[in-house]
Order: sequence, then C-alpha cells, then structure tokens
Amino acid sequence: MTLVVLNRRTLLAASGAVLAAGVSSLVSPAQAQGLQPTRSMPGGANNYTKGAPIVKRIGKGGFWMTGTVRRAGDGAPLAGQRIHIWAHTVEGQEHEPQSHGATLTDKNGVFRLEMPQIIPIFGQPHGHLAYDSGEFQTVFLRPVMRSAKNTSLEAHFVLQPA
Amino acid sequence: MSLARVVLIWAGLAAAIGVPIAFAMASELLAWRGPVYIAACFAGIVALGLMLVQPLLIAGYLPGLSAYRGRRVHHWIGGALVVTLLVHVGGLWFTSPPDMIDALLYRSPTPFSPWGVTAMWAIFAVAVLAAFRRRLGLRTWRAAHMSLAGVIVVGSVVHSMLVEGTMETVSKAALCAVVVVVAIKVMVDQWVVRRKRTTRG
Repeated sequence: MTLVVLNRRTLLAASGAVLAAGVSSLVSPAQAQGLQPTRSMPGGANNYTKGAPIVKRIGKGGFWMTGTVRRAGDGAPLAGQRIHIWAHTVEGQEHEPQSHGATLTDKNGVFRLEMPQIIPIFGQPHGHLAYDSGEFQTVFLRPVMRSAKNTSLEAHFVLQPA
Repeated sequence: MSLARVVLIWAGLAAAIGVPIAFAMASELLAWRGPVYIAACFAGIVALGLMLVQPLLIAGYLPGLSAYRGRRVHHWIGGALVVTLLVHVGGLWFTSPPDMIDALLYRSPTPFSPWGVTAMWAIFAVAVLAAFRRRLGLRTWRAAHMSLAGVIVVGSVVHSMLVEGTMETVSKAALCAVVVVVAIKVMVDQWVVRRKRTTRG
C-alpha cells in the first residue's frame, strides 16, 4: 500500500513540476526513457457506472476537480479526452446518478469540472476519476483530499495506447 | 468503597463513552448520510465504547457488580459486540458494496481498513472460542483470549484514529487512550494475580 502512495505522490509531484517548468528543461536521465503510464488506484473503480454525460457542471458546484491528461512516453498533452468524475458530495452518494459527470480536456490536456463539495465517505474525503474511452488503456484514479475542508482536488493521467 | 468513588467511576465511564457519542451525533456529516450508513457509523462507535467496558467488567473494577455478575455481563457484552460489528459491516456493505468488499479482502486503499477487519476477525474468534472454552481448558482459553484481546484493542484503536468520520477528533482520541490504558492495566493485573497464585500454589 505504501508503494502505491509513493508512486502516486512521485507521479503527482513529477507531473506538477513538468507542467510548471515545461517538459524540456526538467527531463532528468532517469526520465529520459519516457513518462511512465499512470496505473489505476485500488478502489478507483468503486461505484463506477459507464456512460456519464458530459456536463458543464455537476449539480450546484462549489468544488473544483482539475487535472491533466498526457501521453505516456513523450508526455504530450492529450486534447479532447473525456474524463468521468464522481464522488460522495453534499448533493448525493457515490452511486447516485447526480453525483456523476464527465468533461473534456482542452488543447493543453487540462480538464476542470465544477462539482458539489466532496465530503468524507468510508473514512476518507476522496474523489473518483476514470478515463474509459477506449483509445487508450482504461485508468481509474481515487485521489484523497488533504483536508475535508479543501474546495478542490486534482488528479493526473498519463495514458498508454490500448 | 466510598460513595463518592463509586459515583466517580461510573460517571467517568459514562462520560468516556457518552461524550464521543454526543459529539458524533452533532457531526455535520450526518446530514449527508442515509439512516443505514448512520446506523453503521454509530455501531462502530458503540463497539469502541464496549471495548472499554469489557476489561473493567472482567477485572471487577466496576463497583456494585460482584465478580460473578461482572463475568456474566462481560459474556453478554461480548455477544453485543459481535452484533454491533455485524451492524457496522452490514451497514457499510449496504452503503457501498465495492468499498466493503475491498476492505474485507484486504485490498482497500484506505489505511484503516485492514486494522478494523483484523480486529473484527479477532472478535469473531473470541466469540467462537468462548463457546468452547471449557473444552479448551482454562489455561489455553486465557492465553488465546488475552492475545486476541490485544489484537482487538490495537486494531480497533488504530482503525478508529485513522478514520475521518463522524467522531470528533479529541473525544475520539480520549476514548481510544482510555481503552488502551485500561486494557493494559487489566492485562498486567491479571497476569500478576495469576503469577501470585502460581507462586503460592
């Protein structure tokens, strides 16, 4: 379990750094062989249902889920990718349809979807994200909020061809 | 024992268990949870509270209860503990089946789950062994129960402390601390009593 957390942290930190400073300046020898694909997190697919609609906002909003989608290997941003997001929020439980929605990445591979405030469920305030469109391999993420009071959460995808 | 002391012990016990429950009942999270999930949460909190009562009963530290009555009540509360666990796990299963299945299979992403599930199996093990305790023999039974009790207390306390739920942090930490201290005290006392008996005999 510790390994998974470390991987996730390393990945988040690495992708954040790359985003901030640009790809070329920060590529260390260890990363030269290419950006590793994101692996699905344990429990990431829980209460997943296929085919959530693309929405401008889930429910009344107030909370931001953000992140990036890039290609494994060269780290190129992937535009127009559909990301499905769901969570236990102030407006519904994880399995309820009103807690689900999807959005598309912009030309920089960035997605942003406003949704209701996430609250702790099953002992942790967390969200769920899925890439499940088929062009790349399916990935389920389950990021945890540092504090239940946070009003945003981010998750990053590095996808490999299916 | 003076009346003041009797009142103090019972009031202390009631506060140690009652205050965390009262705080949990005031939790804003309850507004967004269904009745089954809420029942599951409180079953867990009650189970933690019963874990404080159990060693006190068996050691005879609760004034007004004879050693015999204390043991009888300890058995009943042991049964109640199993019921609270069934409500806790059953309610969580109903609320989100995949999350509960992950926990039971020890593949959950939440760090507190394996602690809770291990404590649950230890409690079930005590309940099963208790039914056969005469056949096991007193010595084996005591050794088994004491070791499992250790697993139960450690597992439950770590589980509770890591969960971010309806319990308020300070009152939860206080209850957990009292559970650990009482368990250690009773185990040490029982061990000393037995050693004295053995050296005398």
